[in-house]
Amino acid sequence: MLKQIEGSKAVAEAIALCRPEVICAYPISPQTHIVEALGEMVKSEELSPCEFINVESEFAAMSVAIGSSAAGARSYTATASQGLLFMVEAVYNAAGLGLPIVMTVANRAIGAPINIWNDHSDSLSQRDSGWMQLFAETNQEAVDLHIQAFKLAEELSMPIMVCMDGFILTHAFERVDIPTQEQVDGYLPPFDPRQSLDPKEPISIGAMVGPEAFMEVKYLAHAKQMQALELIPQLAAEFKQQFGRESGGLVRTYRAEDAETMIVAMGSVLGTVKDTVDELREQGHKIGVLGIISYRPFPLKEVRAALVNCKRFVVLEKSLAVGMGGIVATDVRMAVTGTGLKGFTAIAGLGGRNITKASLHKLFLEAEQEKLEPVTFVDLDWDVVNKQLERERQNRHSGPIAENILYDKGMSSSAKFG
Amino acid sequence: MFQIRVHGRGGQGVVTATEMLSVAAFEEGRHAQAFPSFGSERTGAPVVAFCRLDDKEIRLREPIMEPDALIIQDPTLLHQVDVFAGLKADGYVLLNSAHSFEQIGLGELVKQRGHSKMSTLPATELGLKHVGRPIPNVPLIAGFAALSGMFKLESVIKAINEKFSGKVAEGNIAAATEAYELVKQQMEDRAHA
Repeated sequence: MLKQIEGSKAVAEAIALCRPEVICAYPISPQTHIVEALGEMVKSEELSPCEFINVESEFAAMSVAIGSSAAGARSYTATASQGLLFMVEAVYNAAGLGLPIVMTVANRAIGAPINIWNDHSDSLSQRDSGWMQLFAETNQEAVDLHIQAFKLAEELSMPIMVCMDGFILTHAFERVDIPTQEQVDGYLPPFDPRQSLDPKEPISIGAMVGPEAFMEVKYLAHAKQMQALELIPQLAAEFKQQFGRESGGLVRTYRAEDAETMIVAMGSVLGTVKDTVDELREQGHKIGVLGIISYRPFPLKEVRAALVNCKRFVVLEKSLAVGMGGIVATDVRMAVTGTGLKGFTAIAGLGGRNITKASLHKLFLEAEQEKLEPVTFVDLDWDVVNKQLERERQNRHSGPIAENILYDKGMSSSAKFG
Repeated sequence: MFQIRVHGRGGQGVVTATEMLSVAAFEEGRHAQAFPSFGSERTGAPVVAFCRLDDKEIRLREPIMEPDALIIQDPTLLHQVDVFAGLKADGYVLLNSAHSFEQIGLGELVKQRGHSKMSTLPATELGLKHVGRPIPNVPLIAGFAALSGMFKLESVIKAINEKFSGKVAEGNIAAATEAYELVKQQMEDRAHA
């Protein structure tokens, strides 16, 4: 049923349709509206049977999810930013134990400096945790990916994060087609766990594993993600059959045929990228888009196939590997090894900095002319950066950077208006 | 694409206003996207929210920098925030005030832009009268429907019924209806003046 609905509410409705049996979560912006809506649905018994467990922290949220999943219950939680970081030890455990928990990450920056706005630093920090990570471009896709995620996770007995841009998607009202219960039931079978704790037939989960077997357990986690590379497109195809629309898969291209310049990105920024590319195409520029939906597992083969015929590409990413450059870009460059393609990294939108069509327009044209630095910081305020660098050169006791920069920003904006 | 920017203060239902506008547009079969400016919301602090309308899927995720219409929920913002930034030359302006633009010192603006797309509305008073709370958002979106002709009053009422129920819905519908009529009357008076 088509609804004009907030992204968080739409995701909550999708989760409810997946019949989770345990939901445990600790509120943190911008994820809060999702679990609030689910809490209401559990309380009103619209979602039943389901236990909603209020926990005292994110660490507890993931720990409860581990316990309930190990007991054979379909388990769901959601988090963001510092919340995800606070649960990290348990995040690794969930993957190491092979428990198919589904978690929404409403992507948000990581402090310090404290910042509630969107970028991809939080889930990307868990790149190597063993969790799969799918990125939604729209709220419709966020809904659809959650339904696919339960099936994927339970098929492989591995946990998965569905990542949606905090605020930009979670707080946006847009048109979303919410499937019926019959449709979802026809797609997602009841949870049939590979392992479950049952007092009648006691087993242990979580043994200490020494050097004799640790590598094999870890290798199998990798092997499962390699299986996911096969399974994700299959599940997307089955999804299309059941729900009648394309959603999910490993990657998606847009106007890529004959493109000489390709823009690679993940998440909601793809919308603005596509609008910009449409305008540039109208002006005759041969430019296309590669959207990555599955970040883990990373689809090396599909990324290579999508880029191999272009001349150059830009990875536009909302994340920064400090001391290195791009995070997504590193993987993309790995995918095109040996092709001789020219690759650029553009870091944009950190901490919620707006990514505008105007900035992308400029960036893409510079990329086309190969005038970009290997790593570009889109819309960085160089005056402020240079002022702080100079301050540090002049004064050994230059003080805290964030506070200095806020002071400089305040000075410059009052100068503009005064 | 038609882009509306709503300015107000925390507590005035700015975000809700854009959400309801998007629901009204949806009711009329259009695509709509509403989103807030994602600040740390505090009561009284300046807040901005956005609504885009189109006949096709809306993919753009940047904030609205060149609006086709402005709804200003609090006239005191005029001294604090550059609310008119980027407004298109033929853009609509709806301001919450019991006074005319001339009375609050914006006569020049009316001279530049002409009367046909500008209106003031005593939205806080209408909220108090019909809902018992000084929340101007619903009267303003109904007023905007009348000013722009972009929505039917019935669509606004549908959006109200989706958001509220019982007495609150009734009060808001009464406020919306009066606001719609007031702005419509203003437009007709001007057309005949």
